[in-house]
Amino acid sequence: MTELAPVSLPVDREPPSGRAGNVLRSILVPILAVFTAVIIGSLFILLAGLDPFKAYGGLLNSSLGSDGGITASLLRMAPFILSGLSVAFAFKGGLFNIGAQGQLVVGAICSAWAGFALVGLPPAVHVVIGLAAGIFGGMLWGLIPGLLKAYTGAHEVISTIMLNYIASLLLEWAVNPARPSAAAGPLAFCDVVGKCALGKTPPILQSAYLPVIYQPSGNTQDQLHLGVFLAIAVALLTWIVLYRTTFGFELRMVGLNPNAARYSGINVSRMTVITMVIAGGLAGFAGAIQTQGLYHEFQTNQSLTLGFDSIAVALLAGSNPIGIIPSAFLFGVLGAGSRGMQLASRVPPELIQVIQALILMFVAADQIIRYIYHIRKSGDEEKVVLSTGWGQR
Amino acid sequence: MDNLPAITAIVNASIRDAIPIILGALSGIISERSGIVNIGIEGMMLSGAFASFMTNVYLSQAGIPDFLQQQPIRLGLSILAALFVGMLLALLHAVLSIRFKVDQIISGTVINIFALGITGYLYIGGANTLGVLPAVINNPFTREQGVLFYIGSVLFGKGIITYATFVLVFVVGFALFRTTWGLRTRAVGENPRAADTLGINVHRLQYTNLAISGVLAGLSGAVLILEGVSFERGMSNGRGFIALAVMIFGMWRPSLAFGGALLFGFARALQTSLQFFGAGEIIPHQFVAMLPYILTLVVLAGFVGRARPPAHVGQAYEVE
Repeated sequence: MTELAPVSLPVDREPPSGRAGNVLRSILVPILAVFTAVIIGSLFILLAGLDPFKAYGGLLNSSLGSDGGITASLLRMAPFILSGLSVAFAFKGGLFNIGAQGQLVVGAICSAWAGFALVGLPPAVHVVIGLAAGIFGGMLWGLIPGLLKAYTGAHEVISTIMLNYIASLLLEWAVNPARPSAAAGPLAFCDVVGKCALGKTPPILQSAYLPVIYQPSGNTQDQLHLGVFLAIAVALLTWIVLYRTTFGFELRMVGLNPNAARYSGINVSRMTVITMVIAGGLAGFAGAIQTQGLYHEFQTNQSLTLGFDSIAVALLAGSNPIGIIPSAFLFGVLGAGSRGMQLASRVPPELIQVIQALILMFVAADQIIRYIYHIRKSGDEEKVVLSTGWGQR
Repeated sequence: MDNLPAITAIVNASIRDAIPIILGALSGIISERSGIVNIGIEGMMLSGAFASFMTNVYLSQAGIPDFLQQQPIRLGLSILAALFVGMLLALLHAVLSIRFKVDQIISGTVINIFALGITGYLYIGGANTLGVLPAVINNPFTREQGVLFYIGSVLFGKGIITYATFVLVFVVGFALFRTTWGLRTRAVGENPRAADTLGINVHRLQYTNLAISGVLAGLSGAVLILEGVSFERGMSNGRGFIALAVMIFGMWRPSLAFGGALLFGFARALQTSLQFFGAGEIIPHQFVAMLPYILTLVVLAGFVGRARPPAHVGQAYEVE
């Protein structure tokens, strides 16, 4: 079985050649993957006896139909860009970071701590320190699986998932209110008499808030903050690091063929640790902008699936840092519109998760899409191999 | 003597927590021995749990014919639903990774995310059932008989899936090392090219093994529901991944994995037990709850280098 569907393309459907053709070809499969996922999603809606047109109409109207909607979509896009970059960066280095979730929440709480505990700093300094704390927290949480992978061979997929659970329990403990049987956590929001809020840190100080760029309404949840632009800048920077520096070249080389990299003198273990640390830092950055731009405190029930969804964001973008931006925007639109979809059609917002999973499936199994739509495989793809068994590198 | 109630409570909790992990590990062993990494066990487990819960809820409603509501049929169908859904997802994993040659880790992750999304979408909260699996045999001893009562409470009073799991450990072990199927499975996992040369249909064997793997993962989901609690979103809580760690810890052998699963069951049971002893004031319960996850990390770090996986696991096999 060499080729799946030996279909010959008619001449008029031959993709255009050259640079523009390459870009077109590389985005054709993701677009068709999203399209197919949306079609299958509408089957799920029909199965529930509801109207898919109303559902998708409500979704688009509430996410793109107004200034407030677009702002909400952009706000959701920002953490997706950063945590998507986290997953994509690790992919490029041949690692599958399912731990973006844990790294993100650890970053979020570190930035919250810097936000409420450091008093008396000028705003610009406080914002930067808060972001740095978030990035540092994420790096720390990425360092652990990096070291485990590099020096013991523990597969990062399982170790990062375990660290996700450990992180969420650790944070639950850190902000747990005082109970008769247990003292309050060190970061819990308690008043002088010892009464605590449930599952959150104290609010961060105004000086640590990310500056607001645009505010379509009086609602403090819809402020377009600086984090959105920082996220886009980081995506561009990541592209430059990966494709225009020696370090990025070495990292991709390790991802494509660790053995070849080793023979050419690259320290693969060291590169593994660095890759995971940077990936963790990117996810921590996402957590920090959530804390300093959106929630202005850390709650244990915030950003519950963000890190997982970012796997789909990264794969949809083919792990290309620039591609992450539209990919994250799509996920932002889906997220921002899910409530409007429910209002318009009574379709539960969980449908979005189903569609996201389908998108993930179709981009991961791009051969299915190529098979359905008869698209030829392009030859010059970089393929990172992840499942090389357990603990081999 | 005074500690007996507490000890039996811990032993029982360890067994209860170990059962889904053993089944998950068996699922992983059968898949990986034939060369396919199955990281989607978590999702298959979750979907199995969901399928058995929803079947039980549906058959418990008023208006369903009486014979379907009778205990063995209703719960039997609930178990079958879990097995079926587990198998379907495993076959999806098989199609993706064998037919379409998707990276097996990515394919498994797709299964996990898909399971989380679809069970969340279809789940209806607050549904009622006519009850879950009863004990196969009740403890015949009474409290007055002392030690016998406590031994009895460990041996008896458990649901059918628990007993079936103990049997399955031996069945899978026997099948893997004493039957033609087992020999072929191991041959394909170690060297599919050689197995192919000898006339074994590599892909067909992998499909079959993944179907069995999915059935076992589905069963581990069913036991969570039918001998446990009501469904919750994401209720498998990493058990599928812990099962993989147990599989590695047990060096891809059912009997050793069984021991490993008991260890993990014990780590999980400690959480409830420590609270039982009022240790919550000394160690926060969240730290005790971390134990199984930390143990998994330790096992991965300490054993992966030494345990030798099937040689060809993780790589798609191309028939020439």
